[in-house]
Amino acid sequence: MTGERTHPLLWAATGIVLAYLALPSLVVVIMSLSGGRFLEFPPSTVSMRWYQVYWSSTSWMHATARSLEIAVAVTVLATSLGTLASIALVRLILPGKSVLRALVVSPIMVPTIVLSIGIYSVYARWRLIGTATGLVLAHTVLALPFVVLNVTAVLYKLDRSLERAARSLGAGPFRTFTRVMLPLLWPGIASGAIFAFLTSFDEIVIAMFVSGSNPTLPKLMFDGIRYELNPVVAAVSSQLIVVTALALLGSAWLRRRTDRTSG
Amino acid sequence: MVGPALVLLVAIYLYPLARLVVLSLTGADGGLGFDAYRRFLESSVYLGVLLRTFRISLIVTVVCLVAAYPVGYVLTRVGAVPLRIIMVLVLLPLWTSILVRTYAWMVLLQANGVLNNVLRRLHVIDEPLRLMYNETGVVIGMAQVLLPFAILPIYASLRNIDPRLLAAARVMGAGSWRRFRSVTLPLSLPGVAAAGLLVFVQALGFFITPALLGGSRVITLAMVIETQVVDLLDWSLASALAMVLLVVTVVLVIGFDRLLGLDKVWV
Repeated sequence: MTGERTHPLLWAATGIVLAYLALPSLVVVIMSLSGGRFLEFPPSTVSMRWYQVYWSSTSWMHATARSLEIAVAVTVLATSLGTLASIALVRLILPGKSVLRALVVSPIMVPTIVLSIGIYSVYARWRLIGTATGLVLAHTVLALPFVVLNVTAVLYKLDRSLERAARSLGAGPFRTFTRVMLPLLWPGIASGAIFAFLTSFDEIVIAMFVSGSNPTLPKLMFDGIRYELNPVVAAVSSQLIVVTALALLGSAWLRRRTDRTSG
Repeated sequence: MVGPALVLLVAIYLYPLARLVVLSLTGADGGLGFDAYRRFLESSVYLGVLLRTFRISLIVTVVCLVAAYPVGYVLTRVGAVPLRIIMVLVLLPLWTSILVRTYAWMVLLQANGVLNNVLRRLHVIDEPLRLMYNETGVVIGMAQVLLPFAILPIYASLRNIDPRLLAAARVMGAGSWRRFRSVTLPLSLPGVAAAGLLVFVQALGFFITPALLGGSRVITLAMVIETQVVDLLDWSLASALAMVLLVVTVVLVIGFDRLLGLDKVWV
């Protein structure tokens, strides 16, 4: 498409759309620095008071710790289950492989509200409401597709002859996995792990139903804005935006590594 | 090796969904039947909610497609650095919590929110505009949250167009508008369709954004399901509504996959 001029109107439209995407979050970040008793835009005085409220509040700290615990557990669980499943789905000869793959990826498309009430009704019987275990298991279901999509993407690009060479040199399946596949797969696995973490850490709908009296961070934020606008939420939101940006930078760096190693 | 993942999915995914099927068929007296579905179909309130959910989802989809196309198009024509900057602006919102983004819209759209204050200071308006707790606010917020899902597949399909086709069209004397209309647009339609599906399907089941920006004035299907479970404890009706939402979603996704193949258009 060289030599084509892009119409200025297209640039203008793109600019407006990008502003629509980015500005709201930017406004929140700026307002979170308001020094007054309410959020202002632009802030008349700049201070970190809402950040201080957040960091010194027991309930916000409890919720943050709970969300972190759950997200870390989900990351470990989803990454290991997802990586194993991905290898099986790409490398092994299995009956009904396409159905299995569709099943593992399908939670992305099921409306979360539907899954949430289903899990809520089941957890009520299993006494998992309000437990970390319950949330970890449910979030793992949601995170699994992201791990599988990331890991299978790398697996399809991987040169199979490397594994065959390892096997013919006498390495067993386990050794082939740890010495040959894992080092080559790790950028995909790590990328999947990042998205698994974000999926759990940001999840609200399932948490709303099953977190009981131990709210996660998103649950506490939701309660803080559903009926009134708690200014602390602006400070929490700003920090979440920074965490997300760092996570994406990490995954972009990993993707570049994969592209390099697989030529 | 798929075993552990499969056990988890059966217990925490398939079983809960199957239980909703059973609950939707179980009446208050414990007998089996289509009572809940009948109550849904005979109630103008619930049919109205279904209709509103479809209408909002459709409007959101159209807004997203119209907004996403120019971005996708420009992305295919810029150098590496602007490409990366635009991609960051698209991907960062995609992965930022929906809650954070909806909160941003609440701060902007409130009666004494940022937008109204700016407009008042510029003397564009005297009275604050009602931008929240109505369908306008819900559409503004939902379209922004779902926009990246439209931009990515449209960009992918535009990027895959063979530039030689456009060169050929140019050699044969087609002007830039003609080249767009007869080459670029038709070849990008699968991407547009995929974008439309992704946005529409997600919009149908959206809960957080309509609940916060629409409040009690704009009730969508997902919100009714929540109310039935949490406040009214009417599990059979909630499950029946959830089944309607699930079946519509699954039919749309599978139908689309059969017609166009989802993996072909998916980045």
